[in-house]
Amino acid sequence: MPILTKDEAYALLKKVISYSKADECEVNIGGGDSANIRYARNSVSTSGVISQNGLAISSAYGKKVGTATINEFDDASLEKVVRRSEELAQLAPENPEFVSFLGPQTYQESKTFVQTTASITPKQRADLVAQSLQVAKDGKAVAAGYLEDSIGYSAMMNSKGLFAYNTATGTNFSVTVRTEDGKGSGYATRGYNDITKLDTKTATQIATQKAVSSVTAKAIEPGKYTVILEPAAAAVLLERIIFGLDARTADEGRSFLSKPGGATRLGEKMVDERVNIYSDPWHPDLPTSSWSGDGRPQEKTSWIEKGVVKNLTYSRYWAEKKGVKAIPFPDGIIMEGGTKSLDELIKGTKKGVLVTRLWYIRDVDPQSLLLTGLTRDGTFYIENGKIQYPIKNFRFNESPVIMLNNLEELGKVERTVSVESNANYLLPPMKIRDFTFTSLSDAV
Amino acid sequence: MKRRDFIYLTGLSTAATLMPGIPVFGNPISPERALERIDPALKKQMADVALNAARSKGASYTDVRIGRYLNQFVVTREDKVQNIVNTESYGMGIRVVANGAWGFAATDKLDKDSIARAAELAVATAKENSRLLSEPVRLAPQKGYGEVSWKAPIEKNSFEVPIKEKVDLLMNVNSEAMKAGADYITSILFLVNEQKYFASTDGSYIDQDVHRIWPTFFVTKIDAASGKFETRNALSAPMGMGYEYLNARPQDKINGITTLYKGRYDMVEDAKAAGAQAGEKLKAKSIEPGKYDLVLDPSHLWLTIHESVGHPTELDRVLGYEANFAGTSFLTLDKWQSGKFNFGSKLVNIVGDKVQKGSLGAVGYDDEGVQCGKWDIIKDGILVNYQTIRDQAHILNLPASQGCCYADNWSSVQFQRMPNVSLQPSKEKKSIDDLIKNVEKGIYIIGDGSFSIDQQRYNFQFGGQLYYEIKEGKITNMVRDVAYQANSQDFWNACSGIADESDYRLGGSFFDGKGQPSQSSAVSHGSSTALFKGINVINTARNI
Repeated sequence: MPILTKDEAYALLKKVISYSKADECEVNIGGGDSANIRYARNSVSTSGVISQNGLAISSAYGKKVGTATINEFDDASLEKVVRRSEELAQLAPENPEFVSFLGPQTYQESKTFVQTTASITPKQRADLVAQSLQVAKDGKAVAAGYLEDSIGYSAMMNSKGLFAYNTATGTNFSVTVRTEDGKGSGYATRGYNDITKLDTKTATQIATQKAVSSVTAKAIEPGKYTVILEPAAAAVLLERIIFGLDARTADEGRSFLSKPGGATRLGEKMVDERVNIYSDPWHPDLPTSSWSGDGRPQEKTSWIEKGVVKNLTYSRYWAEKKGVKAIPFPDGIIMEGGTKSLDELIKGTKKGVLVTRLWYIRDVDPQSLLLTGLTRDGTFYIENGKIQYPIKNFRFNESPVIMLNNLEELGKVERTVSVESNANYLLPPMKIRDFTFTSLSDAV
Repeated sequence: MKRRDFIYLTGLSTAATLMPGIPVFGNPISPERALERIDPALKKQMADVALNAARSKGASYTDVRIGRYLNQFVVTREDKVQNIVNTESYGMGIRVVANGAWGFAATDKLDKDSIARAAELAVATAKENSRLLSEPVRLAPQKGYGEVSWKAPIEKNSFEVPIKEKVDLLMNVNSEAMKAGADYITSILFLVNEQKYFASTDGSYIDQDVHRIWPTFFVTKIDAASGKFETRNALSAPMGMGYEYLNARPQDKINGITTLYKGRYDMVEDAKAAGAQAGEKLKAKSIEPGKYDLVLDPSHLWLTIHESVGHPTELDRVLGYEANFAGTSFLTLDKWQSGKFNFGSKLVNIVGDKVQKGSLGAVGYDDEGVQCGKWDIIKDGILVNYQTIRDQAHILNLPASQGCCYADNWSSVQFQRMPNVSLQPSKEKKSIDDLIKNVEKGIYIIGDGSFSIDQQRYNFQFGGQLYYEIKEGKITNMVRDVAYQANSQDFWNACSGIADESDYRLGGSFFDGKGQPSQSSAVSHGSSTALFKGINVINTARNI
């Protein structure tokens, strides 16, 4: 299925809407191609090319809603899917939280599509993997990795006249390199809209270097340490604050943002005043869509400014009930940083632990946003401004809210990928005091 | 189905609102359509087209999976139905060996030409991959079974139960929980039917009908004055059963400090208990950290078994195939080869099982046409085996695969997935009370909670739903803020008592994630209540 142009998508959606007999209806359409290569033990294990497209229509009679989807776009199929959604709507119980579809909106154009990614060839893809494999083999190490790229479009229209369209490309790459004796392990991950920015060779060199230098790790006592979190490690903790920005959960009293008596921390200082977190769909290094899945425009939004919680996310239902602007959940998160490189942060550290990756993050207590998880693929002891030796992995129990209150210093921002959610972020490396490690792990 | 898709469809996450309104794993269909069947004779014709096309292009082995995956969710909160979704995903996956390498292609267009094209693409991919291969695929021998079939032994097909009956049940569940003190409740019925057809060049044509059910809920209670809140999730287990799972009889209940369920589940009764217990949790004493003897209920222990025994005995992890994502394993081949690696105490006997009635993993044949069975993984505390598929059996010198191959969709490549991995009950008569009465300082943990384990499965941390302090052989009071940390081998060596078969129950996961791109599988873990001595417990309360 080719990527529909804006005009083609408009014409097709217009046709679908013309079949509707419901009080109102809304249609989402999207599709694209993705391809992946997976490798392990220095050899390709699986690869696949997946082509998918689909159209979903929601029809509403009053507050009764039905949704149906289809992946055939001939006239008969389109009419059939409209009828099916209407039948399902008639059968559905009333949803008191249904909000009438959004009217026409104005969107600024997104910068999410890059032609070089869209026109990648199977050979280019294989070469990127071959370069990674070569680095590991040359270093007498063992690589396991995953390369994925995608091109897609999405569009929506409703009976109230809303129309939105976007195209996007992306690539995510990750590699784990282990020494042949299994005593050292290193990791690197990269994410871009433009695949020509992806340098699998350098990424694999970094992973290999971490693997080699993490051999013969020493055990040090668990406890509270000053840590330097590389952006990939910081991402998996910070994103839990972002995932928890829902206003309804906070208003209902069951979030780390809730306060006694039904109030929330919106407008209050929650973390160190050097913390500034925002989303910006037009940031050149992290472009995201200019509209959310229900048609709301995505705008540049501040979430935490000088440590103060500036905005929460709202469903349209909850915003209407509360009489506030319905700010959608953001697509790309950016945290402001400083000017220092990772090396400079290490240089300024008297005693501390360099954490390059965190793993298996789970909520322990939603009240305090306490999380647990482990360090992985290269953890190092710092003394007198230098990495002294590799150390064994730790389990931590820490809240990202406490962590951002214990902020010492921020480094230079870079784009990174969360190993937990696959989301891309722009984040600085962070130096944090009193980070709580609770036990040792023998894992390499 | 991927967890992300589940979250999207159930509307459980606000993050889900960012995704375009397209269920990516299947098409919503009317409930009636889920009851239509596809004739196996037609599936055989389609499979033969693929087998012949792949053979003619040079494949030395081919298997074909034609899958129809049906899901139904009913999602409610408090007095509202949030979503009712019926989905279907139908298509064919073709896997081949050519030039010694695997190739795979999938199609949802099931006309002859499309099938033949997909088969050709699979062969072409295999030939492309063979250039980067370090060793050719070696498949354990497998006889063809001819035309056979297997059906999950269900009593009542969940898809035949009217939507209204399901909505009424959940509304009753919510109302009882609220009456008992809950401030919020989300309840969900999640139903699955996999209609799978497998054919291979070994001469098998296997038609299977798999059913799963998972009723669950999440209750929240808030103390407005202090701003504290507590949650209590359902004590149900996802099961390989029909709607009969929701018809609990007196013999399906274990009465104790709270009612526990064995094989059948009373959702309304559990919701009522949850509403009250969420309030009790708010008033419970915060745990003093230290060493405790832990008495672990099967509704909790299944997840510890899953993470600390199930995953590290997956042979693909041991070999390094999952190194970049899920990780490797501390149970390296040399430990197995030694024949004396003491994984646990002598009481610990753990089996791999793909045939247990009512379990999530039960099928007649796996996704590469191997008839399923049961085998020892840990015998009298010693590591004796792993979980394998056809291209791994030779590594363990096994004459045949253990039947652990699974793909979560027709469009996904099948690979090694966990069978049901279960702790065997004590052969001597022993009750939960017999375990508790010998504990001086301990905690009785019911239900699964927070869980985390390292990438080689040494260090873990688990929480639960309900914690009761045990003092001098007696349950005293509820406690809170509990999590325990241990090393897998130390933990299983600390196992010093297991209740007998009368207490044996299944727990399980609907969404066990593995692989890149990630695939989900459903798996059960059985056990009786068990006692673990001297485990490190931490206090998880923090102020922000």
